[in-house]
Amino acid sequence: MTAVSAFFSTPVHLAIAAIYGVLILASAITAILQRTSPGPTTAELSQRVISWWWMITVFTIAILTTRVVSTIFLAFVSYLALKEYLSLVPTRRVDRGTLLWAYLAIPVQFYFAHEGRFGLFMVFIPVWMFLFLPARITLGGHTEGFLRAVGLLSWGLMITVFSLSHTALLLSFGVGHGHGAGPLLFLVALTQFNDVAQFTWGKLFGKHKIIPKVSPKKTWEGFLGGLVSTACLATLVGPYLTPMPALWSAAAGVIIAVSGYLGDITISACKRDLGVKDSSNLIPGHGGILDRVDSLIYSAPVFFHFLNYFFGTWPAHPL
Amino acid sequence: MIAILRAAFFLLVVRPILTVALGANVRQRELLPKKGPAIIVANHNSHLDTLTIMAMYRLRDLPHLHPVAAADYFSRTRLLRWFATNIIGIIPIVRSGRDKGGHPLEPCLEALDRGDILILYPEGSRGEPETLSQFKRGVAHLVKARPQTPVHPLYMHGLGKALPKDSYLLVPFNCDIVAGEEIRWNGDVDAFMTLLQARMAELAAKVHVAPWE
Repeated sequence: MTAVSAFFSTPVHLAIAAIYGVLILASAITAILQRTSPGPTTAELSQRVISWWWMITVFTIAILTTRVVSTIFLAFVSYLALKEYLSLVPTRRVDRGTLLWAYLAIPVQFYFAHEGRFGLFMVFIPVWMFLFLPARITLGGHTEGFLRAVGLLSWGLMITVFSLSHTALLLSFGVGHGHGAGPLLFLVALTQFNDVAQFTWGKLFGKHKIIPKVSPKKTWEGFLGGLVSTACLATLVGPYLTPMPALWSAAAGVIIAVSGYLGDITISACKRDLGVKDSSNLIPGHGGILDRVDSLIYSAPVFFHFLNYFFGTWPAHPL
Repeated sequence: MIAILRAAFFLLVVRPILTVALGANVRQRELLPKKGPAIIVANHNSHLDTLTIMAMYRLRDLPHLHPVAAADYFSRTRLLRWFATNIIGIIPIVRSGRDKGGHPLEPCLEALDRGDILILYPEGSRGEPETLSQFKRGVAHLVKARPQTPVHPLYMHGLGKALPKDSYLLVPFNCDIVAGEEIRWNGDVDAFMTLLQARMAELAAKVHVAPWE
């Protein structure tokens, strides 16, 4: 009994218990839908919910063990995203070795995140890898397609490694504040909640399309409904999971909703240009890793810098 | 003993590497032959092709899978020959050899008669990575000799980027694999090869191919 009450004594554990409550509810709803209106749409929906069980369980184990395990898990997600990206975009045979260097940036970047080396973390990819990789490509000696190769690799490394590694930096942020994995859970749960909320509001009331050429299913109704829902949830849980009081948490919710939306449509534009619907079929019902972390690619750095600017101890917060 | 080594090699080396470094998107996996006699016909880009196909089977099916490979290539050293014939279970084929008596495809027919599954690469050697080259006709002669044998086309993309010919550096890439409906002997070697190449081209069209030059 004491073990059980100890388990629920921290906000992170309580929040995770609540997430599993929502999962059980979602499974119940899809089970009822399969009775009342069976069909391919319902089948895909329940496949999605099953995949959510897997993803949330793996994520839960990763953040509730030790910070080293959490960081390795997040680095692995980043690796899967980079691999998916490099498998989809055009590459040159001569750049094979350079791609391996790009992969090697992942352990270095996540090591800086784990150690809380803020300065090195912020410059390693945007400065050092940014300069090194084009030089390495030049030494390969093939100038045909050079600009495309450099552009594709630099952007890919920024979105899949630099952006996503901010999730691991949030864990180091928590160390000084006694919040543990709270801010990370806040970011990831709200980003994913916002995706689901936008989808649901859009399905129910969606009429006015925002940007039909990129993402025909995204509507103003879905976007605003998701934004308000996310801000409300953020207001409720922010004061427990992060150092932010309620109003600041609401602002963080709005920021996560807007940046998450932008990440979603940016990756959509990327997939549309490549002519693929999903980035792979790694996660049944969801698509690939990039399809799942698209919103997080934008919301992770934006939320991190918001939190750090107003509540952090790292450099560059004049307030 | 060999069986244990083979199972251990696939369980502890091949599968972890393929899962982490490659990650296969397999489509229509259910169309792969579950038991022999059968022939899997695949395009050839990399040494990883054979390992990837074999890794899609259960460990206990491994003794019944036989990649058909060039004898001269895999006989370069004794260690390589031992590894190729015992651990992988290849059937070595003498490429230019009708002169040494016996039909060069005889060991393949024996394997089919035992109820095993052959893995064949009718492109010959691993050609230009990630481009389909003209098929050799050995597979048609095999099916002509054993007309009841189903032939399962299998298209693979991406492994030639991860580990191309002449490279020992494995670079992670996702790979796409599409299995096709089985085809049967249709009475004529040329017609069979035309059908097989057309089926492979159809499978290739189902895969998103990222340009690779």
